[in-house]
Amino acid sequence: MLRFIVRRVLSAIPVLFGLSVILFLFLRLLPGNPAVAILGQHATPQLVAQIDAALGLDKPLYVQYLQYVWGLLHGNFGASFVDGRTVASTFLVRFPATIELTVGALIFAVGLGIPLGRLAARHPNGWIDGAVTVLSLFGISIPIFVLGYTLVFIFGVELHWLPAVGQLDPRLNVTPVTNFSIIDAILSGNLAAVEDAVAHLILPSIALGSIPLAIVTRITRASVIDVSNEDYVRTARAKGLTEKRVDDRHIMRNAWLPVTTVIGLQVGSLLAGAVITETVFAWNGVGSWVVTAIENHDLIVVQSLIMIFALIFLTVNLLVDIGYAVLNPRIRYS
Amino acid sequence: MLVRAAPRASRGLWRDAFRRLLRNGPAIVGLVLIAIFVVGAVFAPIIAPYDPTVGNLMNSMKPPSLAHLMGTDLLGRDEFSRVLYGARISLTVGVVAVMCGLAFGMVVGAVAGGAGGVLDAVLMRVIDILLAVPGILLAIAIVAWLGHGEVQIIVAVGVSYAPIFARLLRGSLLALRETDFVLAARSMGASTPRILMRHMLPNALTPMIVQATLALATAIIDVAGLGFLGLGPGDPRIAEWGEMLTDASRFLQNAPYLIFFPGAAITISAIGFNLLGDGLRESLDPRLKR
Repeated sequence: MLRFIVRRVLSAIPVLFGLSVILFLFLRLLPGNPAVAILGQHATPQLVAQIDAALGLDKPLYVQYLQYVWGLLHGNFGASFVDGRTVASTFLVRFPATIELTVGALIFAVGLGIPLGRLAARHPNGWIDGAVTVLSLFGISIPIFVLGYTLVFIFGVELHWLPAVGQLDPRLNVTPVTNFSIIDAILSGNLAAVEDAVAHLILPSIALGSIPLAIVTRITRASVIDVSNEDYVRTARAKGLTEKRVDDRHIMRNAWLPVTTVIGLQVGSLLAGAVITETVFAWNGVGSWVVTAIENHDLIVVQSLIMIFALIFLTVNLLVDIGYAVLNPRIRYS
Repeated sequence: MLVRAAPRASRGLWRDAFRRLLRNGPAIVGLVLIAIFVVGAVFAPIIAPYDPTVGNLMNSMKPPSLAHLMGTDLLGRDEFSRVLYGARISLTVGVVAVMCGLAFGMVVGAVAGGAGGVLDAVLMRVIDILLAVPGILLAIAIVAWLGHGEVQIIVAVGVSYAPIFARLLRGSLLALRETDFVLAARSMGASTPRILMRHMLPNALTPMIVQATLALATAIIDVAGLGFLGLGPGDPRIAEWGEMLTDASRFLQNAPYLIFFPGAAITISAIGFNLLGDGLRESLDPRLKR
């Protein structure tokens, strides 16, 4: 088992190395000079040379690359051209919001997807199954921004049930401590702030969770149907066990495996989806930061964020693989 | 299990699959939806009642009416005409991007799966690197790098899909390498390229076709997503669904129809390709049909 984990961790290293080379070249091969980007219209040859020297851009390419990797290994991703702050410091402020949104979307997708999938699997090809199939087709076909604006229009603009954008009403004066708006609201001891933070999370979670919801539903349905046709399930029924007991102890316990794997694999799509969701809902997370960085041509930030997203994605995939190996006694670690 | 004899002579894999497809209700619905958009896109200059780029400011933000079926936007341009012309961009960019990704991915996958060894290992590591960047982020990064334009979007979306096709084809080829008919061909002295082209590739095509059809659905969404994020064609004269949505998002309160129609166009075309893809999967692999 340990060897399996070590090997999986080691296999991620060449991927990260390759990605760092590509991203490094991506930034260096761009037409234009970072110094010019920083200085804008004030650029003079002397100033450009000074900044080049300060950023180490006058050194050979491989030295620059090594310095860049050395920085990465120390958590130093460089600083934004626009506001001068380090990527790491802004990331730490913004990442909690993205985690909150991603967890919200996962709760929505899993909390609704598994019951829906089980319901549909109960009578395959029945009308409930048909309705669930149509719903999940819709879920994977509607773009996040279309669903997002539709939800904002219906529940925010027309019905006024839920706040349309942002994370917390600024009038509540919640001091950011952890930057998780819900946790900060709890820390402030103001119940209205907690309610407000949760209310703000609902619509973006639904928008971001729609694709994972569709996929979790489909997989749960397929997995439950698969397991239901197994001989041991028939045996369990033949023994006279109650339907509920067969369902919980014999079917679901085995149907869980593919479902958990798929849930883990959704993290990538959630991270990518966060870019669009956060833009729709003016959510101050990492995703909307990518978009502003692109708008400002702040390429160090873009490059670093792609690296960080890949790192998160690979880490989660690794954990899913290990979790799968732990959960499934039938898997071989080779 | 007892195997029943075929009632009549087989008409060949593709004709069989085609007949099954025509009997697959959801797939037909998908085909019809796609056909509507293709016809709309091709005949946009004939169907569109107005020029999608010319507006009448006196007519700004009018709700849907008989004169303007989908209303007018801020500049008084006819929304219906813009949605029609938008189909041209979304469909051509989406289809060409998937074709490029498919072609590139198939070459890489065929080389990796056919050659094996060091070349395979190197190519697969490169694919791992591309797959490590989740979803549309890779396309976003490429457009941010290459700049605005339809060609850039095609490259970006194509590159982000290529590794999926490459890995899929390589997987099928590896499985086929050990099959009896490939061993038989090899034992008869067929060359590796011949085995690859004549024996293995035709048998590895069906999952690629299904995957490519489903990829068209996500490609249309991704292209619109890039437009939505301000990474679209970048030409204000071109009507693009994603950019139309960004423009409309400012007027959600007064003109929700400006969000609804382009949004519905993206969603319905994606539904069409998803239905067709699922239908193709079932008809190309009859064992899947329950």
